[in-house]
Amino acid sequence: MQNMKTRPFDLNAIRKDFPTLSVSVRGKPLVYLDNAATTLKPKSVIRALNRYYKDECSNVHRGVHYLSEKATAEYERAREKISHFINARLSSEIIFTRGTTDAINIVAQSYGRTFLKAGDEILISHMEHHSNIVPWQILCEEKGCVLKVAPVNDAGELILDEFKKLVNPKTRFISIVYVSNSLGTINPIKEIIDFAHAHKIPVLVDAAQAVGHRAIDVRGLDCDFLAFSGHKLFGPTGVGVLYGKEDLLNAMPPAQGGGDMIATVTFEKTTYNVLPYKFEAGTPPIAGVIGLGAAVDYVRSIGFENIGTHEKELLEYGTRALKAIPGLRLIGTAQHKASILSFVLDKIHPHDLGTLVDEQGVAIRTGHHCTMPLMARFNVPATARASLAFYNTKKEIDSLVAAIYKAKKVFT
Amino acid sequence: MSESTSKHELYQQVILEHNKKPRNFKKIDNPTHFAEGYNPLCGDHLMVYLSVDDKGIIQEISFEGSGCAISKASASMMTVSLKGKTLDEARKLFEQFHKLVIGKLHPEKDAHTLGKLSIFSGIWQYPARVKCAILSWHAMNGAINKVQNVSTEN
Ligand SMILES: Cc1ncc(COP(=O)(O)O)c(C=O)c1O
Repeated sequence: MQNMKTRPFDLNAIRKDFPTLSVSVRGKPLVYLDNAATTLKPKSVIRALNRYYKDECSNVHRGVHYLSEKATAEYERAREKISHFINARLSSEIIFTRGTTDAINIVAQSYGRTFLKAGDEILISHMEHHSNIVPWQILCEEKGCVLKVAPVNDAGELILDEFKKLVNPKTRFISIVYVSNSLGTINPIKEIIDFAHAHKIPVLVDAAQAVGHRAIDVRGLDCDFLAFSGHKLFGPTGVGVLYGKEDLLNAMPPAQGGGDMIATVTFEKTTYNVLPYKFEAGTPPIAGVIGLGAAVDYVRSIGFENIGTHEKELLEYGTRALKAIPGLRLIGTAQHKASILSFVLDKIHPHDLGTLVDEQGVAIRTGHHCTMPLMARFNVPATARASLAFYNTKKEIDSLVAAIYKAKKVFT
Repeated sequence: MSESTSKHELYQQVILEHNKKPRNFKKIDNPTHFAEGYNPLCGDHLMVYLSVDDKGIIQEISFEGSGCAISKASASMMTVSLKGKTLDEARKLFEQFHKLVIGKLHPEKDAHTLGKLSIFSGIWQYPARVKCAILSWHAMNGAINKVQNVSTEN
């Protein structure tokens, strides 16, 4: 990965970079603990979006005029940045999508429909987000493939032995989450990929929850595909990335037809554009891509070492603080865990808790987190979830704890 | 207004009490009408059972299932207020309650027959929770119109 100067980790200075952190909610300073849903955006990202709309607004890859060339250059520069950020071999292996969901669907539809056939097995885990379940179910319906699900244990860890046992000659694709959005579990993704490759099975990694929190090295991992969303990486909504190995992407048909993805069009025969454009039909989210480039710059200026250290500290502090609350049960207690704290409380439904802590300005997520099979596995209809990012503080965790005690009082 | 006033707009004693001790929280054997209500966004899930006589009067009404305090209390209070009512009256109340929770009926200004149910008048300020309050009503309405699966999402 390209070296870039990181600045000293100054939490106060960092917090000033995020305008939303100074918003007040219901008369209280916002305590934003819903980073797994979406992260806040630093000023530099907001400025980049603003600059594009104000000073560079035009379409990309189309005009010969000045602004169009400028916007195209910015757009392609963002691709370069992201390519370095995840250590891809080529920037043409970076496909811009609408997000993680879109990226997984592209692979299911393009790779899946072309290379998988009736009876082939697709292996996922029990902790997948719906976006890494449903696209495969749709494919299975259409092609007669079979979806296999590797189990998780009571701590919310993938049972690797069982996972390996599910791999057999019919297994033709593995799609797996890197970091679970509901439990925080970090999967042994490298081991999974190596095992899969020993059996000649391609692997897609859903990195939606990994990307803003740990360095990702697609060449080091040797994953075949990797998907993430810009909005969970402190960037804009509506944009995401599909990374794919060049030879795989080249062998795959386009997922959508339209402008930009073609080389020549006649009514008899259309030829397709080269990578990455073959997979980017239509006008892309130009501002979003440019904003995502700015987000990557920002995250690199903080540095994943700093981010990792701080988030680990928050996780340990938060785990201890929540465990001390009577009647609180953590859901997801993996050894190897990201800064996500999912929990249930005796006698208070997560939704009631969510509303009551919101009264104190504390934003957490409550519900099934788009992982209904996982909720069923843990026998809960929903959980409350606090998910932390590098700008969060111990004091904010204290605010959450205080708000939980207040809610408990209402329900006694 | 103090913080507690605004909070207890939603979590008032009556609601907390119905949540703790829901009325008619059971299954009716041989119901004439029943339906399942489901809120896929939060996983709230309940069954509503009715026993309606030849004259169209609700002799018995009950519910069971799991959900948050708002959905449970709302279901409990619904069963209390619908018992002994005719199906037409139940439909009318459903309409009024629906308007109430989306902020289109103001109990102090508008004519209504909601009685104690008007306690839910503040809930429109919590858009994400409106569905919790209305779930059992949708299920009831589905049941009496012979729709057996009701989701808040369609
Ligand atoms: C693990 C995981 N995968 C996929 C997604 C879907 O991302 P998006 O909604 O941005 O497409 C999410 C978002 O919540 C997620 O947490």
